[in-house]
Amino acid sequence: MSDRPTEDRPTGDGRAEGGRAGALPRGLTGNGLARILTRSAAVAVAVAVPFYLEGFWLQAGLFAMSAAVGAIGLNLLTGATGQLSMGHAFFLAVGAYCYVHLSAEPEGGLGGLGLPTPLAAVLAVLAAGVAGGVFSPIAGRLKGAYLGIATLALIFLGQHVLFNATPVTGGYNGRPVPPMELFGFVFADSPALVVARVPFGALERLWFLGLAVLVCAAVFARGVLAGRPGRAMNTIRDHEIAAGVMGVPVARYRAGVFVLSSMYGGLAGVLLALAFQRTVPEYFGLLLSLDYLAMIVIGGLGSVAGAVAGAVFVSMLPQLLTRYGDALPLVAQPGSGGVSPAEAARILYGAAVVAVVLFLPGGLLGLAGRLRPRPARSTSSVRRTSPADPARPADPAGPDRRAVPAAETGRAGKPGKPEKSDRTSFKTSLNPSPDD
Amino acid sequence: MTTFLELLVNGVSIGAVYALIALGFVIIFRATEVVNFAHASLLLAGGYVVARLHPSIGFWAALAAGVAAAAAVGALVEFLIIRRANTASHGVLAIVTIGVDIVLTTELTRRIGTDVLALGDPWRDRVVRLGPVSVAETRLVALAVAAALIAAFLLAFRHTGWGVAMRATAEDAEAAALMGVRRGRVSMGAWAVAGALAAVAALFLCVFPTPGLDRGTAFAAMKAFPAAILGGLDSTTGALAGGLVIGVTETLVTGYQNDLAFLGRGAGDVAPFLVMVVVLLIRPAGLFGTKEPARV
Repeated sequence: MSDRPTEDRPTGDGRAEGGRAGALPRGLTGNGLARILTRSAAVAVAVAVPFYLEGFWLQAGLFAMSAAVGAIGLNLLTGATGQLSMGHAFFLAVGAYCYVHLSAEPEGGLGGLGLPTPLAAVLAVLAAGVAGGVFSPIAGRLKGAYLGIATLALIFLGQHVLFNATPVTGGYNGRPVPPMELFGFVFADSPALVVARVPFGALERLWFLGLAVLVCAAVFARGVLAGRPGRAMNTIRDHEIAAGVMGVPVARYRAGVFVLSSMYGGLAGVLLALAFQRTVPEYFGLLLSLDYLAMIVIGGLGSVAGAVAGAVFVSMLPQLLTRYGDALPLVAQPGSGGVSPAEAARILYGAAVVAVVLFLPGGLLGLAGRLRPRPARSTSSVRRTSPADPARPADPAGPDRRAVPAAETGRAGKPGKPEKSDRTSFKTSLNPSPDD
Repeated sequence: MTTFLELLVNGVSIGAVYALIALGFVIIFRATEVVNFAHASLLLAGGYVVARLHPSIGFWAALAAGVAAAAAVGALVEFLIIRRANTASHGVLAIVTIGVDIVLTTELTRRIGTDVLALGDPWRDRVVRLGPVSVAETRLVALAVAAALIAAFLLAFRHTGWGVAMRATAEDAEAAALMGVRRGRVSMGAWAVAGALAAVAALFLCVFPTPGLDRGTAFAAMKAFPAAILGGLDSTTGALAGGLVIGVTETLVTGYQNDLAFLGRGAGDVAPFLVMVVVLLIRPAGLFGTKEPARV
């Protein structure tokens, strides 16, 4: 019942249909063939990377993968449902520390349960979900930016707990992370393993684990967004009351998405712990949460690919600046009084967030979509990825009209202008000409 | 009992400072419906200008410059970014302010580095004795100044043309614009006022007994967020009440730290957030916030 009105409309929800078309098998039309080719190329590149690139890139890539998993989760919450969360770092911390605590053997002052590592990882993700569930009475009732402020509490309370619960977290100094062991295969440097004359250490092995996890996480999130829950989430973002009227249980959905996104956060935390090989409470602070928000805005709000793109950008930037800082003007060595690479990176992506909202609604993903000429439906799907659409909630006729290319509306003066900027099309739908 | 009274006076005083910050936050929210996450960095900017200028031009001139600088930064953010943002979604605007905050805070904390900057205030570390209770002079000044500023603004909202224009905009922006209220000017004014209030608050967050302006000051300013949302984001009374609640809680928890050892070290810093969570569980719109009726 809830999504029937949108389904009746031929161009009801561009992104949902786009996502669904991607999920279903289709004939080998030109479009589908190109899609399959790009995907296989991407997979081939991803698999080949550990054989050719050095450790630095693998490490950076692993961070980017774990960030991507977390960003996908946050994008489900903030991008697709419109609920701002500043507390994402807290759920990463829950995931990371639960994994460490459950899988480590007790030693010294540190406790541990010594469970098998895959089980510990699954339990860690569930624990993050439970933590999100405990917060859901608030997450379900507050909307948008209100929730953003409320989730600040998670960060500060969470860090307080992390610093004080020394037996679990190791306090200020953190604690080492036991390597993952899957069916007898250890994701660590020893025992030594050589594949195709390339020594496979922890980074190379974790690369494949991270890749697998990221792909699963992305596919699942796409499924959620393309299906009924995704439509309900977008409706809540666009018009809460309309969603309620159409039978979407708003509070339950908000709480549910919060739990889901915190589980994604927990999964990202586990990956991060494995990549870092040591967890430090200091890391899971407000800055990390802001990083994640920057990722989804820069990449593109509300879509999986956008989250991944943003995560790669934000997490690679400081590492690239550190590595190539010598060659760049304005970036100084850390401690020399100038702008250190980490600071330069922060300033850059802070500015990028502002610039994206000012000039590039839809983020990097929207940019990619704009550079490529596309049929009308796909462009509308790109536009839809940003909740930056003032016309949509108020104007039920908007989506219909917008999805039709300008040439077809028969309006004089604008023939043959199929590719229009977002702004103009908002205006078109806001000010319908008198004759239509 | 003496300890309790001392803590209470200190708590009310620091609460008044939080109320100043929260008031600016609420003013911005009412005028432009933007949740301003860059508020802490406005405060840091004001404090930084005061700290850098006071050795050369004296404290009072430096304070004036700091207030002016923070107001200018606020107005610029509104003029250059918020006004031009290609969106009407408040969630996205909030994220924009986060971007601004990242840039400003990174640059300011980089400039501050590991230093602790004194603000050169004339009260120094003098202590006043009121009967058995001894209170830092700075705390009393903070209380007096905050109370005066808050009272002035509440009166201004009610009786000046600026205040009426702002309330009209908060009530119904479109109708206000049709009646000739210049929305751009109103929202820019709101940002400037909020910046100025934040700069004053920065002064009192950094004077005795706090050692001075350092990297942690932005964190101290973060505690005004719970103050604002606790009272209700759209309520000026709420900002005052929220600020006081947060200030008193924080001071009491810090003061009785030894009796509350089970909460762990540094519990005073996070107590405001705990209070916020509890209040939000009971009243999601805050203590004084209005639950917006929706017209379909």
